[in-house]
Amino acid sequence: MSNIFTDTFAWLADPIHWTGSSGIPVRLVEHLQYSGLVLVIAAAIAVPVGLYIGHTGRGRVVAVAVAGALRALPTLGLLVLFALLAGSSLMPPVWALVILTVPPLLAGTYAGIASVDRAVVDAARAMGMTELQILFRVELPNGLQVMFGGIRTAVLQVIATVSVVAYLPLGGLGRYLFDGLVLQDFPRMLAGSLLIAALAIVFDLILAAVQRTVLSPGLKPDPRGGRTATADLPAAAPAPAAVQGGTYER
Amino acid sequence: MIEFQSVTKQYQGGSPAVDQLTMSIDKGSITVFVGPSGCGKTTSLRMINRMVEPTSGVITVDGRDVTTVAAAELRRSMGYVMQSSGLMPHRSVLDNIATVPRLNGVSKAEARKRATELLDVVGLASSLGKRYPSQLSGGQQQRVGVARALAADPPILLMDEPFSAVDPVVRDELQQELLRLQQDLAKTIVFVTHDIDEATILGDKVAVFAVGGKLAQYSTPEEILRAPANDFVASFVGRDRGFRHLGFTTSDAVAVHPVPTLVSRAGQFDGDPAAVTDWQLVVDKDMRPLGWARPGTDADLIPGGSLFHPGDSLRRALDSALSSPSGQGVAVDGEGRVLGAIRAPEVLAVIEAARQVRQAAL
Repeated sequence: MSNIFTDTFAWLADPIHWTGSSGIPVRLVEHLQYSGLVLVIAAAIAVPVGLYIGHTGRGRVVAVAVAGALRALPTLGLLVLFALLAGSSLMPPVWALVILTVPPLLAGTYAGIASVDRAVVDAARAMGMTELQILFRVELPNGLQVMFGGIRTAVLQVIATVSVVAYLPLGGLGRYLFDGLVLQDFPRMLAGSLLIAALAIVFDLILAAVQRTVLSPGLKPDPRGGRTATADLPAAAPAPAAVQGGTYER
Repeated sequence: MIEFQSVTKQYQGGSPAVDQLTMSIDKGSITVFVGPSGCGKTTSLRMINRMVEPTSGVITVDGRDVTTVAAAELRRSMGYVMQSSGLMPHRSVLDNIATVPRLNGVSKAEARKRATELLDVVGLASSLGKRYPSQLSGGQQQRVGVARALAADPPILLMDEPFSAVDPVVRDELQQELLRLQQDLAKTIVFVTHDIDEATILGDKVAVFAVGGKLAQYSTPEEILRAPANDFVASFVGRDRGFRHLGFTTSDAVAVHPVPTLVSRAGQFDGDPAAVTDWQLVVDKDMRPLGWARPGTDADLIPGGSLFHPGDSLRRALDSALSSPSGQGVAVDGEGRVLGAIRAPEVLAVIEAARQVRQAAL
């Protein structure tokens, strides 16, 4: 087994694989473009709906059911279905991935808003804040900690799963997986997996740093022995990218 | 002036939370809503700033129906203090206090300047302004809550059990602070509590609510303690009401007698304590009381009772005499220096005389 690792390392170290239209930098940029597009569209849908559900408490049951059902859909099947229905251009796979990204974003957003102490919201309303002011000046900043759990889960999932678009075939780091599979080139496959995993970890670290920066100091555990901040959702734990990316094997 | 006109609040499928409430709340005074859980006192309070909308009836503030004003605008014109401080955890203490002025469009710098002044008004160090709510004690949080309610200088303050979550010592402090503040501010304060003691201490008038949202009695605390309107009020006010009622009668007629004193210097008494034949009050060199020396023993200092200040109520006078090991209540001046002693039988005589005066007036 040791030679697949040395082979993988040799593959990664080979300068040929770092240049040209199928080189690692190009594939990396493609991968990030697909991921970014999916995340922007998914956020545009999930965040407003999540804010509405979290603030009003309306539609929570429906949202949970729909989000759960969406999560159960097999990625590759959905991707192929969309490609068959709409052709193998850029957008069909993006829509398929959006459907998979909305649930964690939606759940994280509404759970974040709903996690804010109702007494604080009541006080804000009693002081004369309008509903929008309550949402954006009280619920959003106080719910950010929990919301970040959903955001980080979604980002990890997208970066890992966007590899499947290579199946159609489009670009991205997933090319190394599919091409390697066809060519029986296992070092190439493993190198691709490692690159995807590394990318996911880097982004999770970046998001963790962003979370520390935007979160109010008043919500962090108090060194002077005050109350500790609201616990993170379990979902916030970075899932190993290989596990998430494993969806394509179905 | 706040007026309730036949106000009823009925939640779906239940008995009324508030039933045909009609009352008027005086401007510039503290009105306390008191009653057991589920009596509608908080609901009544929250209908004033439309946090709860009545099912029927009208509430007016200075003659204007509250439903004619946009809810958010109406609420900004009234301070609101609640049981859990309700401070926003993500904002500093100063920014919490500045909330309503900021909503009213006051500049950040000006709102913070006002907030800093208010920290002083509610008795907090200005250094606390940069902290976050989670770094404050419960009592400090409630003070910030009061400061926040005062920030836009509203004529009306609504206070929903603001002191019930803090310990008794802090609660007593906060009550005295509120009374002190009210002397300067003269706000129209509506205060909800389930504690009849708190109600009689704070209220210029007290409204006792019975279960089912009925107003059982609305009067001065003195009258509620002296003449409960019905059995419900009498049982709610409790069995110490005769004693509590003494809190509303002046003790001016109680005589202050000279008291023999021993001066203690660094733990040593002047003179010979063993030679003492009667209780002697031990004082420090500035004549502040330290305790009592028991006659015929060599002087282990015995802690004294509560102190009496001339001008206090008969309740304080009686408590001072009863709690003293020597049977003599120690009277002190504003600096804490001993003036003399008052005696329990004399306090009782004054109590009886006050009763006869009241009876004659009926």
